[in-house]
Amino acid sequence: MADIKDAIKEKSMVIQKDMLADLFKELGNTKETGKKVVYTFVPGNLTELILSFDMLPVYPEINALQSGMRKKSAEYIREAEKLGFSEDVCTYVKCDIGMMLKGNIGPTGETLPPPDLLLLSYTGCFTFMKWFENLERLYPGVPVAMLHTPYQEDGKITPEQLEYMVKQLKEEVIPKMEQVSGKAFDMDRLSKMMVNSAKAEDLLVKILESAKHKPSPIDAYFAGVYYIGPIFTAFRGTDAAVEYYTELYHEVQERIRLGLGPITPEGEMKEEKFRLVVEGPPNWTNFREFWKIFYDMGAVIVASSYTKVGGVYDLGFRHDPDEPLESLAKYCMGCYTNMNLPQRVNLLADYVKEYKADGFLINSIKSCNSFSAGQLMIMREIEHRSGVPVGFIESDLVDPRYFSYANIKNRLESYFQMLGQRKVILSQEGVEV
Amino acid sequence: MKQLDALLAHCTEQAFDLHFSKARQWKAAEPGRLLLGFLPIYFPREIVHAVNGMGVGIMGVGDRKQIIKGDAYYQSYICHLPRGVIEMALDNSLDDFDGFVFPAICDCVRNLSGMFKLVERGKFQRYFDYPQNFSPSIGGVFFRQELEKVLDDLFQVNGVKLSTEKLNHAIGLYNTNRKLIEHIYQIRQDYPWRLSAVDTYHIIRAGLVMTVEEHNQILEQVVEVISEERGEPLDNIRVVISGSFCEQPPIGLLKSIEMAGCYIVDDDLMLGSRWIQGDVDDKSDDPLGAIVDAYLTKSTFSSAVYDVGNPKGDRLVKLVKERHADGVIFSAASFCDPALLDKPEMQKACDAAGIPQINFQFHENTGQFKVIKEQAGTFSDSIKLWA
Repeated sequence: MADIKDAIKEKSMVIQKDMLADLFKELGNTKETGKKVVYTFVPGNLTELILSFDMLPVYPEINALQSGMRKKSAEYIREAEKLGFSEDVCTYVKCDIGMMLKGNIGPTGETLPPPDLLLLSYTGCFTFMKWFENLERLYPGVPVAMLHTPYQEDGKITPEQLEYMVKQLKEEVIPKMEQVSGKAFDMDRLSKMMVNSAKAEDLLVKILESAKHKPSPIDAYFAGVYYIGPIFTAFRGTDAAVEYYTELYHEVQERIRLGLGPITPEGEMKEEKFRLVVEGPPNWTNFREFWKIFYDMGAVIVASSYTKVGGVYDLGFRHDPDEPLESLAKYCMGCYTNMNLPQRVNLLADYVKEYKADGFLINSIKSCNSFSAGQLMIMREIEHRSGVPVGFIESDLVDPRYFSYANIKNRLESYFQMLGQRKVILSQEGVEV
Repeated sequence: MKQLDALLAHCTEQAFDLHFSKARQWKAAEPGRLLLGFLPIYFPREIVHAVNGMGVGIMGVGDRKQIIKGDAYYQSYICHLPRGVIEMALDNSLDDFDGFVFPAICDCVRNLSGMFKLVERGKFQRYFDYPQNFSPSIGGVFFRQELEKVLDDLFQVNGVKLSTEKLNHAIGLYNTNRKLIEHIYQIRQDYPWRLSAVDTYHIIRAGLVMTVEEHNQILEQVVEVISEERGEPLDNIRVVISGSFCEQPPIGLLKSIEMAGCYIVDDDLMLGSRWIQGDVDDKSDDPLGAIVDAYLTKSTFSSAVYDVGNPKGDRLVKLVKERHADGVIFSAASFCDPALLDKPEMQKACDAAGIPQINFQFHENTGQFKVIKEQAGTFSDSIKLWA
């Protein structure tokens, strides 16, 4: 296994850590403060709406990935499997259920409060529905608000789909939130939050698109999920989120000015040898070792699909203060896993081109059908359309039994060798690389 | 007896005709006819019938076809059904189909719809999004719009417009179809030895690849034959099979369960053919609305349907009691998230009701049944000895 040292952090990372610590502290104090807690999902999250009722969001899949990073997931998964969950199914679900059964201890060591509302915003992943049906039985009596998000079957959002979503928000979701929070829905407040959302979204897109520079000042996959994206989900719509992204944007601008590569847990990446687009979630149980394989080889991820599960803002969507409910609906329907396969292929092929990637890599997740089913076809299509070499590795979200360090390293080293050879050949042919 | 033997032979052949010969012959017999392929679980075939088409169920290839190309499209940890379906699409077995519908039941079938778009099979490929909201003014409106999209797709193919009269007629035919299937299940509940579960399966599955008119005739004849005593009662236990609603178990697996001493008195194998519980109004001025209403109010329970407020576990227990079953066999396809994520809660509901259960997983092309037979045999013996 790789030798892991203490992580080097930038100012934005420290701010993020403090913001998240404050959130978990607040969650730990809900008995005293009386604040209501909403369990919900990252894709298609209704963060502004939740915050507009002064409720606090908890994201079970974030808890699961945090458990994976803290090496707790194996124990939690075992606990769920003892209940009868198959080895085959989504490990986020099993990890979350196991964590709940073992006392619901959050990433900061504080006990997470049980939900007052289960907000099932069912976007781009069928398993979300099964997950919350299970949670509903594990938290008997807790109301469930279901928001069924139609899939972008035709590769677009139709007026009928929008109407269906807005009706659900008005007649199902908001009344339940009013009931649980004891507060009346305030459209003006929601609208004002969306001004902040759009500002943060502008900044996020600029940060992610900074990877078009050579060398890229960020890693848009590992860093994308480590410190660029998480704040977005839990804090979107707040002043704090805008401040955080403003700081991060300035950091990134400074890195571009100085011609620096991405910051890794072991400091700056000295030389950018390979630029990759990555499809699929990362492995969380061995996150640092997994990332290290890439930065040790000088590989930087310039664009990724997993950072778009919470919204594909680079395609132009922004939360709109003039039509708050409609924009919540459009947001939910626009998330990456709610896009059909041809849309995904187009997006990824565009990334390869626009970010001048040397290769396209899939990390296929054993227990995530929403991503994995169809990935081999995506891989062929990208290879066919873009002409770049494609790579394929397999791991899992939070089940350590499915992370094989040696196999993955072996495959990646071979892949990088191939990319290196290709660069040599292309440069001999006078092609710019 | 000869009559039933001939019917069973016919249905056995049709159920696994992966060239869909009868459907193709039907289409070729008259211009303007069309074929719509649909994946599990449920699709209201009435609307296809009403516009001069046939809704044909594509239930996978089972253990009847060697997968060559399909495995190159799916990782080992994806269920088996879609690799067989893409195999058929790539080897041109589905060439005569005009379009395909992929009902919203899981992420694999959803993404398969995108794969069909990418390989451009059929004139249209539609992911069919069922509402998970059951309010008529919200989910009902949405469901109707989904149906209208498919009708528009079909219209683009053959130019046939939906009429109230034709749709009511089709609804009536499928009401008869479901009634006859239910009648067979009712007879089998009281006299399970008269028709084996395997024969029942073949008869119902065959209905997915032929006209409803022909299938109704077959069902009527089967009902007539099994209304009379035939076969010998055995000292078997009575079980309900749960979890096989999409990828279908191989016939050998069903046989193994029966040979191990279990009468399968209910199951979710051909759930789509039994989805609506009761009749759809066939005399409505708005028959499309009647189909929508039936979906919202008369759907059976399924892992594909949001069940908060009406848990599947309780509905399974109710079914077991209605069928006077001794136990449940949870039999889900490997890597089937919907079935496998539902199983623990359904088992818990069975435990609370004192209903014994066992579970195992399969692939549609599983070839070894010894372990399953032993497991089912032990289950049967334990109930006979100690229940």
